[in-house]
Amino acid sequence: MLLAHLPALVIVIPLICAPLCVLLRGKDWAFIVALLATWASFACSVLLTIQVMKVGTISYAMGGWAPPYGIEIRLDALNVFILLIVSGIGSVVAPYARNSLLLEHIEERAYMFYCAYLLCLCGLMGVAVTGDAFNLFVFLEISSLSSYVLIALGSDRRALTAAYQYLVMGTIGATFIVIAVGLLYQATGTLNMADIANRLPEAGYTNRTVIAAFAFMVIGAGLKIAIFPLHQWLPNAYTYAPNIVSAFLAATATKVSVYILLRFVFSVFGVEFSFVSLPTAIPLLVLAVLAMFLPSIVACFQTNVKRVLAYSSVAQIGYMVLGLGFVSVAGLTASILHLFNHALMKGALFLVLGAVFYRIGSCNIDRMAGLAKQMPWTMAAFVGGGLSLIGVPLTAGFISKWYLILAALEKGWWYIVVLIVVSSLIAVVYVFRVIEAAYFRDAPDDLVNVAEAPISLLAPAWILVFANFYFGVETSISVGIAERAAQSLMGAG
Amino acid sequence: MLWGIPPGLLLILGVLLVPLLPGAWRKAYMTILPLAGLWALAGAETGVFYTFTFFTYEIAPVRIDGLSLVFGYIFHIAAILSVVFAWHNNDTVEQMAGLAYAGSGIGAVFAGDLITLFIYWEAMATTSVFLIWARRSDSAFRAGMRYLIIQVGSGVLLLSGAILMAHQTGSVAFDKMTLGNLATWLILIAFGIKCAFPFFHNWLPDAYPEASVTGTVFLSAFTTKCAVYVLARGFPGTELLIYVGAAMAAFPLFYAAIENDLRRVLAYSLNNQLGFMVVGVGVGSALAINGVAAHAFAHILYKSLLFMAMGAVLYRVGTVKASELGGLHKSMPLTTIFCIIGAASISTPLFAGFIAKSLTLSAAAKDGYPVIWLILMFASAGVFLVSGVKIVYFAFFANDGGKRCKEAPLNMQIAMGLTAILCVVIGVYSPWLYSLLPNDVAYEPYTLSHVINQLQTLIFSALAFALLIRFKFYPPAVNSIYLDFDITYRKWLPVLYKWIVSLVSPGWKSMLQDLRNGLHRMVAYMFRHHGPEGILARTWPTGSMALWVALLLGGFLLIYYS
Repeated sequence: MLLAHLPALVIVIPLICAPLCVLLRGKDWAFIVALLATWASFACSVLLTIQVMKVGTISYAMGGWAPPYGIEIRLDALNVFILLIVSGIGSVVAPYARNSLLLEHIEERAYMFYCAYLLCLCGLMGVAVTGDAFNLFVFLEISSLSSYVLIALGSDRRALTAAYQYLVMGTIGATFIVIAVGLLYQATGTLNMADIANRLPEAGYTNRTVIAAFAFMVIGAGLKIAIFPLHQWLPNAYTYAPNIVSAFLAATATKVSVYILLRFVFSVFGVEFSFVSLPTAIPLLVLAVLAMFLPSIVACFQTNVKRVLAYSSVAQIGYMVLGLGFVSVAGLTASILHLFNHALMKGALFLVLGAVFYRIGSCNIDRMAGLAKQMPWTMAAFVGGGLSLIGVPLTAGFISKWYLILAALEKGWWYIVVLIVVSSLIAVVYVFRVIEAAYFRDAPDDLVNVAEAPISLLAPAWILVFANFYFGVETSISVGIAERAAQSLMGAG
Repeated sequence: MLWGIPPGLLLILGVLLVPLLPGAWRKAYMTILPLAGLWALAGAETGVFYTFTFFTYEIAPVRIDGLSLVFGYIFHIAAILSVVFAWHNNDTVEQMAGLAYAGSGIGAVFAGDLITLFIYWEAMATTSVFLIWARRSDSAFRAGMRYLIIQVGSGVLLLSGAILMAHQTGSVAFDKMTLGNLATWLILIAFGIKCAFPFFHNWLPDAYPEASVTGTVFLSAFTTKCAVYVLARGFPGTELLIYVGAAMAAFPLFYAAIENDLRRVLAYSLNNQLGFMVVGVGVGSALAINGVAAHAFAHILYKSLLFMAMGAVLYRVGTVKASELGGLHKSMPLTTIFCIIGAASISTPLFAGFIAKSLTLSAAAKDGYPVIWLILMFASAGVFLVSGVKIVYFAFFANDGGKRCKEAPLNMQIAMGLTAILCVVIGVYSPWLYSLLPNDVAYEPYTLSHVINQLQTLIFSALAFALLIRFKFYPPAVNSIYLDFDITYRKWLPVLYKWIVSLVSPGWKSMLQDLRNGLHRMVAYMFRHHGPEGILARTWPTGSMALWVALLLGGFLLIYYS
């Protein structure tokens, strides 16, 4: 009985637990509630994944109102994959919250953090499960508003400006999306995504309203994804946010936005409209290639390691958009696979930086000099995550790039393969700058006696590092789901 | 295979225990590990093991056959000797890097497919660079960086070649290839970079002399010989390689002759010896491949011995500059003797190099490459002069530089002694090495004509060197090298060489300078735009961000409506 309601439960649990945290008030109580809620969502996600893999697409009518009039929750391989990423990362990150320095700054109002965290989780997962276009916008706003709060919690005062800028840009992005949804409603008279997809051909592919809706959707989602050059809000937001928030958002928020783009472009508008009747692929490919290079080079010159990772995220998003721009099953597989793998590596690296920050109070590359002697486990985790970021074989990062290269070869685009390889070499530079500092330089005088980070911070980071290696070898799960998702996306067109 | 662990991986996994062991235990463990590997290998059966399927490709992590076994044996021996030579060193990073590097080299030799090869290939690059950085000087760090970029670049080429190949043929098996499409060319270039082909060779004399005392001994054995192995496996009988190899055998000698840093002299002569092996691969007959394997085997031994001797000098005196050394035979008599044995082993009868090099030379002569044979003869005598006689003379004899020091540490002496014994034993009792070779070919190195021929060139070149020294016709040590080759070349080749150098060198230098300036300008340009204050990295006002959104939306709408 309960199983039938799993699709709703997965978002209802964090949604209900969020106010519960506020009501309970106690720091420890709030922590336990938040932890259990995240883990429960993760458990639900796993169950749903198994179910979807067995029986195929699940459709759930909210409150018993049949779609397309009621709100529908619709789960296929792509949806559950996103669910898995968000709730999985959330579950690993949640225990980290208790010990990271964050809560010491807001001792009295720790429950507020947990509340915002659960709301953000709920919003992100809501976007991933819903089958209703307007509902998707609402969930996106829930996650965005709570993430502005989370970013503003950073101990650096610049976190406030960063959060404010993100708020303005994020609102513009969300507004574009809601404009797109509105225009679609005007053209088709429905808000259910599957229904829109059915009715769009009637409205006609040359319908100006639909074309405008498409442009607004691509740009709006692109802004939330941080496609170059719409990425300017991202580096500051990730840099000044509390470490745990950076880890959580970097691994989940942009992924969910990519999902929105994939869902609308491929399922709702359809391949026929998006790529055949409109020239979308070329501009996206150009932006993706620019994103692979320019932010990577910027990352090589940064002194704050969090900023390095933030710019690297923008570059990695380039790979995802690149795969999308191939408009083939192989390209989409690579793209979706990289969503997952990038969540693993960026999550791991930001968690490591949290541990570094916990001990030395800074993520500056000069302050991290010689740190490998004092914090060997922490820096070893960084090396592991870094290797995956570069794409060294036997790591998850290699698998994504491998599939991306295969997809490019399938199209016969040699130069793209060269570009992918060369841009990975830039990643070698910025990752090795950190490793070189930590392993081969002498520590600053005031940082000679630094202890290893506590186990409560190391364990989550190492879990993700281990996952990077596990999914670099055993690819049947990740590749399997990604392939199914890609096939259904291409098939839907 | 020991406990079922593939050769190579044994060392790499074994390294993980190293930091856990205290002092003496650690050294014993590090010595026993490669010994155990060698013992396991001695009992190994030939065949392909542990195959599995990965992304539809057949992966063969371990392939044991005649050719890979010879290299496997000598790599283990080199690892043991290098470890003994490094006993005095307590640097954990260096110890781990050295063993892991040896393990990767061994693994690469037994790789049966291109993917496994690529993994070990990159592992070799990343582990060996720590041996260079271990010297902890600024110049070592820079040299290490340059080295790493080139080595990783070679791996990237190899991978691209492998992927292309997999795409074309559906298989990633590593077997004999024929040049003719992009895939095999990429793979050949990847191999060529590691093998220090002309114009790809700069990393070798650049990086090896910058490594630590013990690091260079490790380095000299694995990377380049592994490259020779993969060439012998993948491209035997490719005629192009004969000419590439001949050029390689000849040109580094000129650099070696004028170089002052004795470890760099050795690096150049290493490059020259690789040329011999590449010629052998190019000839590709059973005899030639035997020659390649034998030469690699012997070469690893005597080059290690020479690098050990120079390492000992560097360790005690603090420099290996020819101009600052001299007269060390009084302080380091044993090292002197070992160094002389090493020098003699390059090509003197009764030493290891002679019985190995004869094979290649005979193969080149037999298959009708007289010019190549001549070049090789010249190179063989030349290398004896510039890396053998020159090293021994300038370091241990020459003008007494007044430097007094202690004899090399005991462990270094043991390592050098063992290597020297191996050099002599192999040279005196040739059937032992020949029995290890992959192809069944009867060959007798000690025929009268061989021996006399070889002795003639050596004696006359040594004599010439002695005369020059006696009549104070040096320094330019440049003069000493051409005398043995042929009387007609004695007068004009050095002049020609100097003339060419004087002609080319300003242009070359200014070209390098331009390149460097260009690079600086490029980095400065990138910094201006990508650096923390650059347009791409500084925080934009919210308004400009919004402007970009509007611009992009306008752009998309424009494209769509047009």
